[in-house]
Amino acid sequence: MSPDIAFLIATLVKIVVIFLLAVHVVPIMVILERRISAWVQFRIGPNRVGPLGLFQPLADLVKFLGKEDFVPAQANKVLFWAAPALTVIPPFLVMSLIPLSPSFDVMGRDVPGVIVDSSIGMVLVLALSSLTVYGIAIGGWASASKYSLLGALRSSAQMISYELALGVSVLAVICVSGTLNLTEIIDQQSQFFGTHAETGNWAGWNIFSQPVAFLVFLVASYAETNRLPFDLPEAESELVGGYHTEYSATKFSLFFMGEYVGMLGMSCLIVILFLGGWHLPGIASLELSQNVFAVVGLMIFMAKVGFFLFLFIQIRWTLPRFRYDQLMTIGWKVLLPIALVNILITGFVVAWS
Amino acid sequence: MDSIIDPALLTRIAFYLFAGMAVVSAIFVVAHRNPIVCAVALVTAFLAVAGLYLTLGATFLTAVQILVYAGAIMVLFLFVIMLLNLESDPFEKPHVARLVGGVLAVALMFGLVSILGGTETTGQTIRDGSTEEVGKIFFGEYIFPFEMASLLLLVAMIGAIVIARRQEGEPASLIGQPGAGAEAASTAGTAGNDGPIGSSNRPEDA
Repeated sequence: MSPDIAFLIATLVKIVVIFLLAVHVVPIMVILERRISAWVQFRIGPNRVGPLGLFQPLADLVKFLGKEDFVPAQANKVLFWAAPALTVIPPFLVMSLIPLSPSFDVMGRDVPGVIVDSSIGMVLVLALSSLTVYGIAIGGWASASKYSLLGALRSSAQMISYELALGVSVLAVICVSGTLNLTEIIDQQSQFFGTHAETGNWAGWNIFSQPVAFLVFLVASYAETNRLPFDLPEAESELVGGYHTEYSATKFSLFFMGEYVGMLGMSCLIVILFLGGWHLPGIASLELSQNVFAVVGLMIFMAKVGFFLFLFIQIRWTLPRFRYDQLMTIGWKVLLPIALVNILITGFVVAWS
Repeated sequence: MDSIIDPALLTRIAFYLFAGMAVVSAIFVVAHRNPIVCAVALVTAFLAVAGLYLTLGATFLTAVQILVYAGAIMVLFLFVIMLLNLESDPFEKPHVARLVGGVLAVALMFGLVSILGGTETTGQTIRDGSTEEVGKIFFGEYIFPFEMASLLLLVAMIGAIVIARRQEGEPASLIGQPGAGAEAASTAGTAGNDGPIGSSNRPEDA
């Protein structure tokens, strides 16, 4: 089989697998969110539908699909229809850039665990996640309601403000790693806490070499996905109206699918950039075969991502939300200067060593 | 090792795809009535141009085009259109001016293509379009234009903040806290809530 056809088939299989993975994370997150919020609030969550309430997302899905698909009279039909699509597409594009496992060995060929192993992976991830803003802004505009519009504008301003802190904190990690390729960033964190034998470069997890960048990235990722404590644009939908107030049924569920897949992408990024991806101390010494190591690596990666998804949910139900001016103050006057000072210090250290 | 798919053919298909997308969305930008649709069409045009950069092998430029143009600049365009609440153009009967404009545009396009199509490029090609090479050139040979460009952006930013600065006693902008901002600013004048982009530097701030 020629290498091109093999590459094509491998890519198609990976697209299907990773797409289904990302889609299936949504109902898992729905039931987890409700159960963990119940646990935090000292009550039992939904446990009627199926064992332990595990079929609750199915019931939610049936409810969502059965609702009347209502379009406001004044709304621009094309933009109203397009906005949820514009919200849900960029997170899936981001998932195509994220390496989920080490390379598999299929019939003598190396199949990397990422759909697009690009040499500019990190910048493309930032670029594609910045396209999410359009769906929200256009959704608010197309709803032809002043409250929707204001909610959408607030959310968009919040997202573009925190993109800066996000990007600058990633810059420090790129400085240390010297590459934009996500797979190479993972490979440079193969040890838990140590330096490379020959070059003396840092070869441990980046959370130890860049703790400040980790914290800034964590906080900024909460703001990017509009999660508490930064979800005033969404919470207004409980009080007054937000960008998805006029949306019902399928379009509403598309907005939420975009949000959850965005959370998945951000969690994967945190694990890749700071927690060593699929590396765990001691696994390399087991000397597993390539395919077994790839599956084990995938499990380890998923476990770490699952921890951060749990953290997303836990923090949502623990912290109160910020007022909008506090939110903007934190983004511009706290996170961005911290990230800039961090990159300054990192630059000096890297240049003089 | 023969490859079944001819890379040159793939490049041509990709080029025509992206170029067609760019041309169609550019026509939408100037021809459509609704300004939001025009802005979204402009975003599509930028994405198509990024695709064209990719077919030429300029990987860093692709990513930066999407990140900066499509991801930041057009968002602010969209903000302005939404805040100013620009209406769609009302439907008018086709005017002869449109026809003349269209003919002139096509003539201009032919003129440009015939002039530019025959020129040779003399600039240097960055190896692999890689980020590292672009960085080395930016901070090595072209450091002065780079710093001048950043200074220009800084001056523009300062100018915009100075123009948009709230004067003493003026009510806060609409995008701040609903209701509370206007009252607080009109009564206190100093402790009013900030606009979405950050606070202004008022002389009475400690």
